[in-house]
Amino acid sequence: MSVNPLDVPDVTEPYQPRSGQRGTGWLTGPLQLGLTPSATVGPYLAIGLTWPDGTWAAEEGAEGGFWIRGRVFDGAGEVVPDAMVETWQADPEGGFPSPEDPRGASSYPGFRGYARAQTSTGEFGIFTLKPGRVPDGHGGLQSPHVDVSVFARGLLDRVVTRIYFADEAEANAEDVVLRSLPDDAARQTLLATPGEDGYTLDIRLQGERETVFFAV
Amino acid sequence: MTGTTSSGLHLPGYQREDPATRTPIGSAGYRSTALRAPLRTPVDLPQRLTEITGPVLGEDRIRPGDADLTLRNGGEAVGQRILVYGRVLDSSGRPVPDALVEVWQANASGRYRHVVDTFPAPLDPHFDGLGRVVTDSLGRYEFMTIKPGAYPWGNHHNAWRPAHIHFSLFGRAFPQRLVTQMYFPDDPLFGQDPIFNAIPAAARHRAISRYDLERTQDNWALAFEWNIVLRGRDQTPFETEDDGDVA
Ligand SMILES: [Fe+3]
Repeated sequence: MSVNPLDVPDVTEPYQPRSGQRGTGWLTGPLQLGLTPSATVGPYLAIGLTWPDGTWAAEEGAEGGFWIRGRVFDGAGEVVPDAMVETWQADPEGGFPSPEDPRGASSYPGFRGYARAQTSTGEFGIFTLKPGRVPDGHGGLQSPHVDVSVFARGLLDRVVTRIYFADEAEANAEDVVLRSLPDDAARQTLLATPGEDGYTLDIRLQGERETVFFAV
Repeated sequence: MTGTTSSGLHLPGYQREDPATRTPIGSAGYRSTALRAPLRTPVDLPQRLTEITGPVLGEDRIRPGDADLTLRNGGEAVGQRILVYGRVLDSSGRPVPDALVEVWQANASGRYRHVVDTFPAPLDPHFDGLGRVVTDSLGRYEFMTIKPGAYPWGNHHNAWRPAHIHFSLFGRAFPQRLVTQMYFPDDPLFGQDPIFNAIPAAARHRAISRYDLERTQDNWALAFEWNIVLRGRDQTPFETEDDGDVA
């Protein structure tokens, strides 16, 4: 199929000159479409968002693979059974399997970098590899980390956090994001601790030890 | 790896949402948010490599028939057949091609095929309420389905959700991830629905599809158009302070 060069996007909400401003026929600012507002995934997310291979950021049996497990708690300390946790991270060499990486998309064998897991059993679990360190933009390297989105009934938008690893103390001490947090208690909410078959980290949506969430 | 030079790379940043038109995480009228929406102000996270990249999820996530929800388990679903179509764009108007769109919904009587749904309305053996499509090179998507029914949900007395279809989208990067709901024009239930009304008034119309006579198929199905806008890139490229490294 050939692409018609005149088939430009429909503009549903064109740039509007401010009132009192005379139109010149030219846009006086860049085209800005209004963003589609987010909404909750609701209680039935399992219908639309379940993949048989969802929890595998790395293939089963991948060398160095481990589980990150945890629970999601609400403000009353109850386990949230209808949340979805999504993760995105670098491969062990610090590359991303994404063409958006300005260094080029990497491909690390058996690694997808992305996983999604629901909490219907009371716990989420994703199988992955330890991410490598990636540049922080200030001449240093970030500590190994995983970007996390949490969706649930009762959340009108996702919340975003990061998972770091408690056994990377040296790298964590140099990490630009961890260093920007106000205190150790805040940092602690992001540190997954070594466990039986990998790491564990609980996510607390509210409460005294509320997880640090990020605005991206 | 290519492009890493001593002069550094300019990372594209994604525009922040305008707080005046973005849906808040919690809202008093929607009761379940009370114990779930975080209470602390989120910490600002400058967009670095992990945040400007995202998974490539495309045709390999789709099975044959995923774009037609009206034919499942060897038969035809009951209800008003509708074609839902539109474009996925970013806020600069650029199409988002090859993007995974996942949808789920209640059946014509307002019942979900889910163990938690106890609404005493019939399940339909030929409707599971799940669809998946990928946008084409111009960001277009479409699927055939059944108009979902309204359903009660116990948030308050006589609380009914307006008819809606749940949408989940991956753009090309982490900030473009979106889960949302599409509504139908002039739904009489809008006025009492705290989920719809949690959207700031100025942005509510963006969640409502448009009836389209032109794409309505004679003797077959009504058509509704819904365009989806994900966060676009900053107009000026992000530069690091020392301009000496990859951010
Ligand atoms: Fe719903």
